[in-house]
Amino acid sequence: MEALDLARWQFGIVTVYHFIFVPLTIGLAPLVAIMQTAWYRTGNERWLRLTKFFGKLLLINFAIGVATGIVQEFQFGMNWSEYSRFVGDVFGAPLAMEALAAFFIESTFLGLWIFGWDRLSKKIHLACIWAVAISVNLSAYFILAANSWMQHPVGTEYNPETGRAELVDIWAVLSNNTLLAAFPHTVTAAFLTAGGFVTAICAWWMVRLVRTRRPENVALARDVYRPGLVLGAIAMLVAGIGVGVSGDIQGKIMYEQQPGKMSSAEALCDGQESAAFSLLTIGDLSNSCEGVSHVLEIPGLASYLGTGSFSGEDSYLPGVTDVQEEYTERYGDVDQAGNPVTYTPNLFVSYWSFRFMIGLAAFSAALAVSALWLTRKGRVTDKQWFSNLALVALPMPFLAASFGWIFTEMGRQPWVVAPNPTGIDAVRLLTERGVSTVVSPGMVLTSMIAFTLLYAVLAVVWFRLMRRYAMEGVPDTVRDESPEAQDDDADRPLSFAY
Amino acid sequence: MDLAILWFVLIAVLWTGYLVLEGFDFGVGMLLPVLGKKDKDRRVMINTIGPVWDGNEVWLLTAGGATFAAFPEWYATLFSGFYLPLLIILLALIVRVIAFEYRGKIADPVWIRRCDQALIVGSWIPALLWGVAFANLVRGVELDADHQFTGGFFSLLSPFALLGGLVTVSLFLMHGSVYLALKTDGEIRERSRRLAGVFSLAATVITAGWALWAQIAYSVTWTWAVVAVAAVCLISVVLMNARGREGWAFIFSAGAIVSAVVLIFGSMYPDVMPAVDPANSLTVDNASSSDYTLTVMTWVAVVLVPVVLLYQSWTYWVFRRRLSTEDIPEPIGLSWEKIKGAAFVGSGDGEQGAPRSGGHGGLDLTVDEDAPPPDLTGTGATTARPGRTADGVGSGDVSGRG
Ligand code: HDD
Ligand code: HEM
Ligand code: HEM
Repeated sequence: MEALDLARWQFGIVTVYHFIFVPLTIGLAPLVAIMQTAWYRTGNERWLRLTKFFGKLLLINFAIGVATGIVQEFQFGMNWSEYSRFVGDVFGAPLAMEALAAFFIESTFLGLWIFGWDRLSKKIHLACIWAVAISVNLSAYFILAANSWMQHPVGTEYNPETGRAELVDIWAVLSNNTLLAAFPHTVTAAFLTAGGFVTAICAWWMVRLVRTRRPENVALARDVYRPGLVLGAIAMLVAGIGVGVSGDIQGKIMYEQQPGKMSSAEALCDGQESAAFSLLTIGDLSNSCEGVSHVLEIPGLASYLGTGSFSGEDSYLPGVTDVQEEYTERYGDVDQAGNPVTYTPNLFVSYWSFRFMIGLAAFSAALAVSALWLTRKGRVTDKQWFSNLALVALPMPFLAASFGWIFTEMGRQPWVVAPNPTGIDAVRLLTERGVSTVVSPGMVLTSMIAFTLLYAVLAVVWFRLMRRYAMEGVPDTVRDESPEAQDDDADRPLSFAY
Repeated sequence: MDLAILWFVLIAVLWTGYLVLEGFDFGVGMLLPVLGKKDKDRRVMINTIGPVWDGNEVWLLTAGGATFAAFPEWYATLFSGFYLPLLIILLALIVRVIAFEYRGKIADPVWIRRCDQALIVGSWIPALLWGVAFANLVRGVELDADHQFTGGFFSLLSPFALLGGLVTVSLFLMHGSVYLALKTDGEIRERSRRLAGVFSLAATVITAGWALWAQIAYSVTWTWAVVAVAAVCLISVVLMNARGREGWAFIFSAGAIVSAVVLIFGSMYPDVMPAVDPANSLTVDNASSSDYTLTVMTWVAVVLVPVVLLYQSWTYWVFRRRLSTEDIPEPIGLSWEKIKGAAFVGSGDGEQGAPRSGGHGGLDLTVDEDAPPPDLTGTGATTARPGRTADGVGSGDVSGRG
């Protein structure tokens, strides 16, 4: 394999891995902050117990998010140095802003939150977790600004003298319409993930407790897990609707900005009006139109996703062959090295990752609805199927989010910076031109193996810890450690220590 | 003032922040095997940096991001050129993060020993390699006319560079031990102070040797002043530490690291990455971003860096208390058997009767077949509906054990 393929695999592996943990952190930090706020407001111990319980899970997850994020910051320079030279003038800015405006806050205030239970007044301690919750979402905004710019470059000019893209309008980059759709989509996806996580764990515990039929256990399920479950389920419902709405908007934007991505998501070979959304398509794995046959279809839906019309002239969707023709005309049929360029992303990957992203949301919907129904008006439940459903639904949003990214990024190929068809299409870069030229395949392979092995070990440790700490349940007793509740000062043991 | 120069200075400031702050974190990690005889000692040491190490590390991420934004060519050449050392540093930093956070999560001696080893290795490696990397930047590396790095891995390991690695190692050992003397109480404090005496002497000698070499072979005249400041700082650490003025010793130790960074960046300027053939050097001018980008980033930095400094200093104020072994509670993690043994939906908790370290210690989770069905509705009424049984009782997740 060439350095290019290896570098792509490495980027894919390392980044998808980072994004397994990221959505949970983004969604769970605000949920824990809400729990702690409820404790602060009501003084009810149940909320403190939930805060401590989910707070611990958040920390276990956060650690891996940080550890894998470090690589992200440097790998553009390591494997994609030519890309970095080309885009750095634009792309580096949101990255640096992310560090200055978000990473500093989240890491500093998380430290204060973990160690500050007995040193900070209740109010300030609460403010710390909110600072974390807000800044993780802020970090998503900045990194997505960088990514959206790659999907749809704005605020930029090509400078032939330096041979690179140069920033001319930072506000355009920070208010890119691609970003304004991708940010809500990613954040609501994160809330769906975290809401599902909270709901599922509370559901599992509730069923487990109620089945023992001991009054004290049933009371615990009702007092503590039920409110947690309801909070999680509401978060899921709201986020689920948000994901759908923002995804729909993204589809329309994508139709204008990256028509090749849209048509490959539908495996649509030739342009047509009133295009159907196929649920199942059979094709060979080669990246070509021959051999694709749609088996199960919903008429007009694909057109609606892309254009907002089910039928008629407005509903025209271009096919991959149309895009190929148009792009060849515009951007040439050979690359710098003289090889032919295919302006069609991998059909199989685009088609199926799009469907899995959307389809897996069904599990979350089922969980949220059944959770709210079974616990309506103060009820608790001992239904085994509910507990099983919760455990099956828990990982699904994680997978859906990975598929979403795989779709977004693979659908952008062969571009690493896709041309902006409505404006500055001089700013564009083929992926193959972005890879480092001085880094040998052996070096990329070495680092890929090292990261993959290390990450595999970390995944096992993370999973075991998460599972086991989830099975521990909410703490039996909690005490108010805040300085307000203490009289002595000096010789207390620390409230939390490594 | 030329914005590119301002950004060169700002990046030096970010690296200074990183090396001064994470410097004592590294030092604490490196000293674990020396000072931490018992587990509680080690926990005291780790907890002195517990609330702050992550915030300290972000200085590195910011330096990386700022280099990308302000000097894309530098970012591209440096990290693709120093590929393998950077890879090793990244691996070390990852392992270190995880060891910090997960060490206490599992109360098992073997696990804790592994985490300690990870912390030690994860602190020594970057401490050494950052010095090697910076020394190479002072010395100059092989670049071609396209600013691509052409030297191999071993070209980075010249004696001058390796000595640079020893400089950072000795500075961080000094810095870490001085920090521990300042932040702990009891026996550890005494032992840290004694070690600080040794390390400050060693750091003075090694740094002096390297700084003279750098000055004579690679640097410019004005940095002689910086070398003098470094010397004053280092000697003051020795003196202040001997007198038990821990706060002052720490300030001077930080001052020594600041001077080292100034020396490094001062001798590089006006290059950001000097090449062996000066015609190919990456300079502040030819590596920088456009004026517009630099202006935007300057505003961002001018507004945000002071705020960051403010709240990070406040953190140190909140956690100003000295720690000693008495402050450290019993292990707070779960036992390893538990972590290993449990299936998510299984018949129970892996072990029975063992002392539980948290969670539902008092709960009886066995399924009680004879008990009246629980009240599942929200009314709270005690009258259970007659004849109603929960479906599937006795099967599934909570089977009757115990
Ligand atoms: C939509 C959200 C999102 C996306 C797409 C990414 N990240 Fe991330 N990242 C986060 C959201 C996030 C976060 C939620 O803010 C994390 C996860 C856990 C944490 O500590 O912060 C984080 C951590 C994190 C860290 C460690 C921060 C610390 O020490 O506190 C770095 C350096 C990066 N990321 C860098 C990147 C880069 C360069 C990415 C692009 C390739 C990237 N992340 C994708
Ligand atoms: C965390 C969520 C993300 C995931 C899961 C993800 C996933 C991927 C995947 C799977 C690829 C490989 C595509 C291929 O090789 O065909 C890729 C490529 C790439 N992505 Fe992303 N990505 C994410 C976020 C980002 C962000 C936020 C950026 C920029 C800030 C980014 C920049 C890139 C670059 C530069 C490539 C180049 C390599 C290539 O095109 O093959 N990605 N990403
Ligand atoms: C409800 C139906 C959904 C629709 C119509 C939808 C639509 C889309 C579209 C069109 C994109 C591509 C954007 C682009 O490449 O420019 C996308 C990306 C993505 N989707 Fe979805 N999606 C849906 C559900 C979900 C779910 C359930 C999740 C995860 C829980 C999810 C997570 C993501 C992620 C992480 C990305 C990549 C980031 C981005 O570009 O925003 N999506 N989605």
